[in-house]
Amino acid sequence: MRAQRYLPIALVTGGLALLPLVVTSNFLLNFLILTLLFALLGQAWNILGGFAGQFSFGHAVFFGSGAYATATLQIHLGVNPWVAMVLALAVGGLVGAMIGALSFRFRLRGSYFALITLAFAEVFRIIAHTADFTGGGSGILIPLDLRPANLQFEDKAGFYYLVLALTAGSLVITRALQDSRLGAWMLAIRENEDSARALGIDSFRVKLVAITLSGAMAAAAGVFYAQYFLYLDPGIAYGVGYSVEALLVPIIGGMGTVFGPLIGSFVLHGVDEATRGLTGDAPGLNLALYGALLIVMLRFLPAGLMGLAAQVKGIGHQRRTRQAHRLKEAGDA
Amino acid sequence: MLQLSILAPAVLNGLMTGAVYALIALGLTLIYGVLHIINFAHGALLMLSLFGVYFLNRLAGIDPYVALVIVVPAMFALGYALQRGIIARTSHGKDENVLLVTLGIALIIENLALFFWRSDTRTIDVPYAFDVVDVGFTFLSVPRLVAFGAAFVVAGLLWLLMSRTDLGRAIRAVAKERQGARVVGIDVEHIFAMSFGIGTACVAAAACLLLPTFYVTPQVGNAFVLIAFTVVVLGGMGSFTGALVGGLLIGLVESLGGLFLGETLGQIGIFLVFIAVLLFRPTGLFGDRT
Repeated sequence: MRAQRYLPIALVTGGLALLPLVVTSNFLLNFLILTLLFALLGQAWNILGGFAGQFSFGHAVFFGSGAYATATLQIHLGVNPWVAMVLALAVGGLVGAMIGALSFRFRLRGSYFALITLAFAEVFRIIAHTADFTGGGSGILIPLDLRPANLQFEDKAGFYYLVLALTAGSLVITRALQDSRLGAWMLAIRENEDSARALGIDSFRVKLVAITLSGAMAAAAGVFYAQYFLYLDPGIAYGVGYSVEALLVPIIGGMGTVFGPLIGSFVLHGVDEATRGLTGDAPGLNLALYGALLIVMLRFLPAGLMGLAAQVKGIGHQRRTRQAHRLKEAGDA
Repeated sequence: MLQLSILAPAVLNGLMTGAVYALIALGLTLIYGVLHIINFAHGALLMLSLFGVYFLNRLAGIDPYVALVIVVPAMFALGYALQRGIIARTSHGKDENVLLVTLGIALIIENLALFFWRSDTRTIDVPYAFDVVDVGFTFLSVPRLVAFGAAFVVAGLLWLLMSRTDLGRAIRAVAKERQGARVVGIDVEHIFAMSFGIGTACVAAAACLLLPTFYVTPQVGNAFVLIAFTVVVLGGMGSFTGALVGGLLIGLVESLGGLFLGETLGQIGIFLVFIAVLLFRPTGLFGDRT
């Protein structure tokens, strides 16, 4: 039973691992790498937003902290990039725990939580802009040294396997979470925090674990970004772009599901590339498209593509959630 | 210690900037008070209004203050349509969805603006842009003084609207108890859209007052929207007095923060205020609702 639960993950990962044998075009590999990167970032958001129901509008704060941590550790302290990656994950988790401890201790929910994460991302951006060790506004360059021991690879396939391993790890973690008591607690808090507390769930601790895990996972995406592009600046690392990307991917794919972010990322970036071919490299158009997609998804498919799949399969889940919505609306009314 | 001749102008400038913040925040707080949502598209709508004022001036030679009578009704209509046509239909009764929808609207408006108008910084030339009045120890910019006064006029008008008209009564009823309002025959959907429209009209007014001394780029809204959030949270979500006082306070914090800490770090002052208020007093100075 347990192993069976992980079979789809193994199959998907195995299938994706075979791709570089077929795909040799650097353009396509680059596309796959970025798609997996955003699936990883989206999964991080999904744990906090999709499972625990806390919508962050500033996930770039974790992404950027992971990226800056790995870059500065390598450059200023000469730490080996593999070690730096592990430390950067810890930094991401720590930033998550700090923001979580503050905002959850003071019972911030809904809009307020979204606002405070946004504010933290801005504060970190300004700090990265002014501090010396981050290279300030001109950014930071990781020296080129293409050795696997250095977490840099000669060809794109190396990076592809690295990001695939990270993404597969995030899938396994999410599945384990879904099957665990902790995951069930998160869902209970998402559905109704007051009832969850009444049932004896320590909502503060559960949310704290969720944001710490989410922070570390988003930091992993940041680390990969830093190693892949070898350049960071405050606008990239802490900009609103990655915060939006992080929430869009699971919303499109299906919040609170294991494969939602991965599917969402493939769809989002597939559409993005396809339209880029049509419109050229016009600035802004792809983000405008993201906005439109976000609205269309919320309007017609609030449960995401996974929800659609469940509907098609005739699983009553969708109907039940709709019924729950209707009941809730009736209750609100 | 700093001399008064440096401190006093900083204080006055901070208050004048703060008045514009207050105006933007008034719209945001109205929308929050009634719809219980934070409108993430507020900054984008401000930017759109600024471009409206800009093009009216550049293409038709209309003075920004005259543009008030065009831009304000136009933005009111847009706000009304956005709420009625998109936001209300997409919420499915969940507040998180509304947050995300307004974020989506902001992304669309901002990036289409970036696409059509590029990220150039644009300004308009008005003959009075650099007029100043001598107040003894320093000079004050006339257009900014006008904006300062106008912010209070708009706040006063809003107060009159809310307290003296049927529409205002209906808005307050919906804000307090939407189900009860529905029962007594108020068209709640219409009131939601009216509130969103009036909130958007506030940023349009702010845009007309701002442009004589400011610039417009597709990203300009971001700078204001976070400040407006801060003001609203500081003043208390849904409180008009709070938005006014909060706006002036944040203007002061920014101006004095810039003076003592330098431009970039001065911005941090605002966010620190924001985070501190969110944490320690999320109901704000004048708020009564959590």
